[in-house]
Amino acid sequence: MYDFLTGPMFWLSLGICLIGMLVRFVLYFRGLNWQMDRVAYKAYPAQGLKGALRSIIKWLIPFGTHGWRKQPFMTVIFFGFHIGAVLVPLFLLAHNLFLEEKIGFSLVTLNPLLADVLTWAVVVSAFFLALRRIALPEVRILTTSYDYFILLISVAPFITGLMARYEVGNYSFWLMLHILCGEALLIAIPFTKLSHIVLFFASRAQLGMDYAIKRGGMQGKGMAW
Amino acid sequence: MPEGKFCNKKPVETEEELKALLGDTGGKEYYEEMKSLDVDSDLLWKTIQNTLKSRLKTWLEICAHCGMCADSCFLYLINNRDPKQVPAYKIQSTLGEIVKRQGKVDNDFMHMVMETAWAKCTCCNRCGMYCPHGIDMGIMFGYLRGLLYQQGFVPWELKIGAGMHRVYRAQMDVTDEDFVETFEWMVEEYEEDYLGLEVPVDKEDADIMYTVNAREVKHYPEDLAEAAILFYLAGENWTVPSKGWEQTSLAMFAGDWAACKLQVESVYAAMERLRPKRMVGTECGHAHRATVVEGPYWAGRESGQPPAPSIHYVEWLAEALREGKLKIDPAKRLKRPVTLQDSCNYVRNHGLKDVAREIMSYIVEPGYFKEMAPNKEHNYCCGGGGGFNGIGLYRPQRNQALITKRDQILSTGADLVIAPCHNCWDAIRDLEEEYKIGIEWSFLKPLVISMVEIPEHIKPQE
Repeated sequence: MYDFLTGPMFWLSLGICLIGMLVRFVLYFRGLNWQMDRVAYKAYPAQGLKGALRSIIKWLIPFGTHGWRKQPFMTVIFFGFHIGAVLVPLFLLAHNLFLEEKIGFSLVTLNPLLADVLTWAVVVSAFFLALRRIALPEVRILTTSYDYFILLISVAPFITGLMARYEVGNYSFWLMLHILCGEALLIAIPFTKLSHIVLFFASRAQLGMDYAIKRGGMQGKGMAW
Repeated sequence: MPEGKFCNKKPVETEEELKALLGDTGGKEYYEEMKSLDVDSDLLWKTIQNTLKSRLKTWLEICAHCGMCADSCFLYLINNRDPKQVPAYKIQSTLGEIVKRQGKVDNDFMHMVMETAWAKCTCCNRCGMYCPHGIDMGIMFGYLRGLLYQQGFVPWELKIGAGMHRVYRAQMDVTDEDFVETFEWMVEEYEEDYLGLEVPVDKEDADIMYTVNAREVKHYPEDLAEAAILFYLAGENWTVPSKGWEQTSLAMFAGDWAACKLQVESVYAAMERLRPKRMVGTECGHAHRATVVEGPYWAGRESGQPPAPSIHYVEWLAEALREGKLKIDPAKRLKRPVTLQDSCNYVRNHGLKDVAREIMSYIVEPGYFKEMAPNKEHNYCCGGGGGFNGIGLYRPQRNQALITKRDQILSTGADLVIAPCHNCWDAIRDLEEEYKIGIEWSFLKPLVISMVEIPEHIKPQE
């Protein structure tokens, strides 16, 4: 089972995830339509690129926009969740040891203590993200079971990872479950809302271009996000 | 497929139809007929398949349901934080549902969608600035209005408005002759006060071609005279076209894209005919949005620009004051608390926040200008944007919406609100009538005329 999960299944899930994300990204931009979207993308490529990058970068900075500053609690749990969710899978020592063994290549690795902190931050933030969905009427009305499913499938590898990390009960059971959850997550990414991993950048880029090219960017100042 | 005599899927194309529809006072029969108007689900779904491209599709799909847009929406805030006013909810429960059900929705559903699209969203685009994914629900509501218009589920006044553009190329029943005659007549009224004042009609190769809002012609003709006076005092080489003079587009509020194209092309044709160096539009927000920002796309212009560089009145006025073409008598500057209404359509959606403030620096005594909070591109809608002002059916909702602006104005302590936008101006007038907070409101033109220095040779000879 372990061999299967770390062998063919690993390659399959990783392949589906990477190719899927690429396809979604390309399809998004191919589907943009200057006349329907009413943005002259091609007429002002430099202006558009600048607006796109600004729109993305501003929103990647905690408290970097009016939107983030308006909702400090959300900002903390949002970044608490996302920073760990991006960094830990990529740079965890154990993951890179596995990668090294698998393909003879590895990335820089996180300090183990920092990795622990980030992982806990993911789990705790996910808890508050769920709580927020229940507690706030303006979020509750939007929330569907699909949203909880997405949250669960995203946080499951972190919870099972922690169980394995602290060797709660049977280590190899948790490890196996961790790998399974991780691969399920990889496969789900292109087909669910998790596609926002790439489409966040696409969508932000689009609105950035819209503002930069058409809605005032030509007046010399960028949008005060 | 029961299509009503007034309420149907067909746009108003003739003067006769227009008069008949106008004759149905308040749209009484129109809305009665709407109750049995069928939804053409096949057409609806086919249109969606052809026009819902990756931007909108992705927006609908990746919305994380985080609710961060809630606080950005003044209609959510002013309606006691009703969760049904959360922008994401409003669009997901309407456009999102229609897409999910592949167009198979019924009459009741479409009534709900119509109310949501015109009474719960003014297309101010503020939510798009507060969404981490950059989902602009105002744009989606604009799209949704197009679908509703095609199905005949559109407020009575906007069906008429779009019809006006189709018949008269103006938002009201003002003909080209009416326009020229009214402009000339108003200028005659003032030519004794401003020696040499004239309105050059159809002058080729002028520096400025001026375009207006038809209601100035019909209801506020002194605005035309004021524009002529200021251009004259500034020594501008200007003209108005006898055809293609209307800058507004109620068709845009209605979602009648074909009429939007017809309307804006009439203005572009005037530009091409008269070859002005620039077009200057009047103090109107949506007119600028329609003709300068969105119009080039309706007309299929790949550059995204109108045929001649086109600016808003505030841009021209700031420039004229900056360059000394118009000189303000410092003694006559406003010495009372003054605030400025930022129009969504050219401030948030066309970046003109600074020029409007530059004008304030010339016409308001230092220390008297008070900013609203929030302001500039983060300002709230006046409460009547996107057609909301004009729809009788939704008047109670509109009056509720005005409270946001009322309270914003009250907390500035200002007793004069400068509103260089027809829609905002109307909304502020209505909020004073409704809530009586003791404020005055004004366009820029009359204020500037009251304080501008008049050269000796133009002054009347006593």
